[in-house]
Amino acid sequence: MRVSLFIPCFIDQLTPQVGLATAKVLKKLGQEVEFNSSQTCCGQPSYNSGQWEIAKEGAIRSLEVFKDAEVVVGPSGSCVAMMKKFYPELLHGTKYEAEAKRLSQRTFEFSDFIVSQLKITDVGATLHKKVTYHDGCHALRELRLKEEPRKLLRAVKGLELIETEEAESCCGFGGLFAVKFPMISTAMVEVKAGALARTGADYIVSSDPSCLLQIGGWLSREGKVIRPLHIAELLAMGIDHA
Amino acid sequence: MSEARKEIMGRIREALKTPSPKPHLKGESSKVAGKAWLPEVGDTDAETMALLSDNLAKLKASFHPVENLDQAIALVKDLAQKKNWKNIAYHKNELVTPVALAIAGNAWAVDEAFSKDKLEAADVGLTSCVSIVAQFGAILVSSETSGGRGLSILPPVHVVIAKADQVVPDLAACFAQINVQFGGKMPSMLSFITGPSRTGDIERILVLGAHGPKELYLILVR
Amino acid sequence: MLNSKSIFIKESTLTSADGDQRQFIRTALGGYYKNRDIYQARYRNWELARDAASLAKWSAVNNLAEVLEKFVAKFESNGGKVHWARDAAEARKIILDLVAKANATAVIKSKCMTTEEIHLNDALEKAGFGVVESDLGEFIQQLRGEAPYHFVFPCMHLKREAISELFTKHLGTAPTDSPEELTMIARKHLRKLYITADVGITGANFLVADTGQISITENEGNARLTAAMPRVHIALSGIEKVINTIDDLTVLLPMLATAGAGQPMTCYNTLYAGPKKPGELDGPEEFHLVLLDNARTQILADPEQRDSLHCIRCGACLNVCPIFKNIGGHAYGTTYQGPIGSVITPHLRGLKDWNHLSGASSLCGACTDACPVRIDLHHHLLQNRRNAVKVVPNLFDRVFHGTFNFVIQRPALFSLGGKVFRKTFGLLKHLPLPYLGTWLKSRDLPAIPPKSFREAWKDSKNV
Ligand code: SF4
Repeated sequence: MRVSLFIPCFIDQLTPQVGLATAKVLKKLGQEVEFNSSQTCCGQPSYNSGQWEIAKEGAIRSLEVFKDAEVVVGPSGSCVAMMKKFYPELLHGTKYEAEAKRLSQRTFEFSDFIVSQLKITDVGATLHKKVTYHDGCHALRELRLKEEPRKLLRAVKGLELIETEEAESCCGFGGLFAVKFPMISTAMVEVKAGALARTGADYIVSSDPSCLLQIGGWLSREGKVIRPLHIAELLAMGIDHA
Repeated sequence: MSEARKEIMGRIREALKTPSPKPHLKGESSKVAGKAWLPEVGDTDAETMALLSDNLAKLKASFHPVENLDQAIALVKDLAQKKNWKNIAYHKNELVTPVALAIAGNAWAVDEAFSKDKLEAADVGLTSCVSIVAQFGAILVSSETSGGRGLSILPPVHVVIAKADQVVPDLAACFAQINVQFGGKMPSMLSFITGPSRTGDIERILVLGAHGPKELYLILVR
Repeated sequence: MLNSKSIFIKESTLTSADGDQRQFIRTALGGYYKNRDIYQARYRNWELARDAASLAKWSAVNNLAEVLEKFVAKFESNGGKVHWARDAAEARKIILDLVAKANATAVIKSKCMTTEEIHLNDALEKAGFGVVESDLGEFIQQLRGEAPYHFVFPCMHLKREAISELFTKHLGTAPTDSPEELTMIARKHLRKLYITADVGITGANFLVADTGQISITENEGNARLTAAMPRVHIALSGIEKVINTIDDLTVLLPMLATAGAGQPMTCYNTLYAGPKKPGELDGPEEFHLVLLDNARTQILADPEQRDSLHCIRCGACLNVCPIFKNIGGHAYGTTYQGPIGSVITPHLRGLKDWNHLSGASSLCGACTDACPVRIDLHHHLLQNRRNAVKVVPNLFDRVFHGTFNFVIQRPALFSLGGKVFRKTFGLLKHLPLPYLGTWLKSRDLPAIPPKSFREAWKDSKNV
């Protein structure tokens, strides 16, 4: 398939290695990968702040950017949920509604795309590490993805997946919530990342880089040894080791 | 019609002029017969009985299936002695009366003249019930057939005597039966009792006997 | 000036920093999670049961006028008397008049959040009527002079030592660290009051239209006693509590218990149809029901959020909410805490003053998944944010998002802006910038990469 990468704005600027790893894994799986550099941000920050009129402009822009894409794949459950789920709602009743629905149907979160579209669970990776998984709330509750990333992880040779009771609890990022209510947000990440750190795993893996920004930011500030790692990075690393 | 009623009804009618979409239902819940999504009830009588017994145990209620009324009488006598039940309030009923009268000590029947203070002093309330819902281990009592409102809640011990054929599998069957039994004339109180009174208000730690009975016995006569 | 928002920020900042209290709340909820999972698993299909429950509430709420009329006619034919209250003040007046007419010297109450909503206890006390809360948690909160912390678990924030001290101070009992003994102290104290009270006040969980009964759910038996012993029974209920048929309770009663308290059914689920009937041995002589609007029709008029009237006040959304668990119930400053409180309080008390609660959410959606009647809670928070933008224009937000949008509409500018940010980050991180500075107070950012993805991608193409 011809895969059009959807690289959210903060991955572009802060964690480009996640985007590169995404491309690498998809290419390894035989996909033709393209990146339209006229993309910027999906508009979620404005949408979540209630500025829907402004967010609409961002949404309409994305429709244009991806209009010729065969499929759109993004390594972020949250930003994919924005496109897949919220664009049709945001543009409901406008002339863009049909196009929004068309984009929604062609847009997939990275692990979902591999497992449910390509029907692949074993990407041919090997990694002798212990990991624990963090379900990003948008991936889990908006996109209903729970098993997809786990299937990919379980198929990595040598990898040990440690599940925790706190896997599904929110990390406290929530976009601008993290800086509008910093104390609550920090309390949340303390509970979340604290529990994950206690597993003794080497990495906290997630399909949501924004959560990893929050979790990683706290871990680093608290001097914890466990590291955040995006699932695409993990798979790319495992492919190199195989 | 009061001003307030008129105004509120007006507001409601106005508000509902814009419809809201029917909830998007995942499955065919409306088509599933017999509320089949609720907890399992078992197919045979034996399974239903086992479920009831299991539920009551989990609820910390004492369950005593007996073969006949004589065994019920013997059981209550024995309990009364062991637990030192002296003051037993009951209501006149074909199942309850013979049991109450057989117990040594002071058993008295509630009637319209009873005082609240007298009932408060009772050690035990002895009642019949309307039905028993196996699905949840719930015992349904009524103000009309179980000795009023107070008898099953004020004394610290509640003993229920019932016949095995009063057990219904689930709530749906229970409501169907109530509708038939009472028709349009519901008793002023119908109460499902699901285990002895309890609270978790202090540190979410379970304590029995918050305000109602601390102990609940169900004696089921075959 | 201290408005509800600044109080919220101050309170929630304090409480979320209290790690011990946060841990205490989590531990207290631990048993609930375990039991909820056990009893939910016994449902053959919990999701279908949620569908059925939400449909039951939907069909009543969306035909509210007819269903209410039917209920009221039936309720009155059972011998009860219905009173209508447009708002809190009217409801208070009706109840005060009824209490006065009963020549009451003592009033006993069982737990009812709607009475909290209308601040009934204050009004009764001001009018000279002694009123005592009989639910253990509410009794404790009343002695403390404090609002409930959680609308189902009113004193879950208190350790046993605090309760023991409270009882010693007010009831003169010996100190104890046993929850059982503490419960028995309250039991003993309250028993006399049921018997001496002239009026009993309760709430209602459901108003059953086809039978004209009101349904009350509880665990302790205090509502049973409140409705059995006093001469007059007054119940207060929101108009949205009505359901079509008694058969709807086959899903609603067990789900309320399982979702909210991790129980198969609560201990007592009681249906009242009128006062004591001829031939019955005891029970109140009068039975009054006060039906309250108090802005519920305003929620009804919003088709997008009408489903928030489906709420059966089970408390499940609070129990799973990471915000609630971290800031606690009092920080909200509302009658109804947690997600449902954040959704409806702006409707009940004004979007302008209460919109900040909708902002104080990571929109994680745990509440929506937990809700037995499928209220779309977290999306309603999002809608409240959107609605607030129109009611309370926020200049900073407008400029911020306007500028952000200007940048993201121009890829070259976006790319340049990103580059400048990355190159100057070493300096920026020391400046008290909004948002960035706030983030860096408690969290780091990853090592800033020399190249953005788009630059790295372009390079890889040019190799
Ligand atoms: S909104 Fe739903 S989960 Fe929350 S209290 Fe109401 S019914 Fe329960």
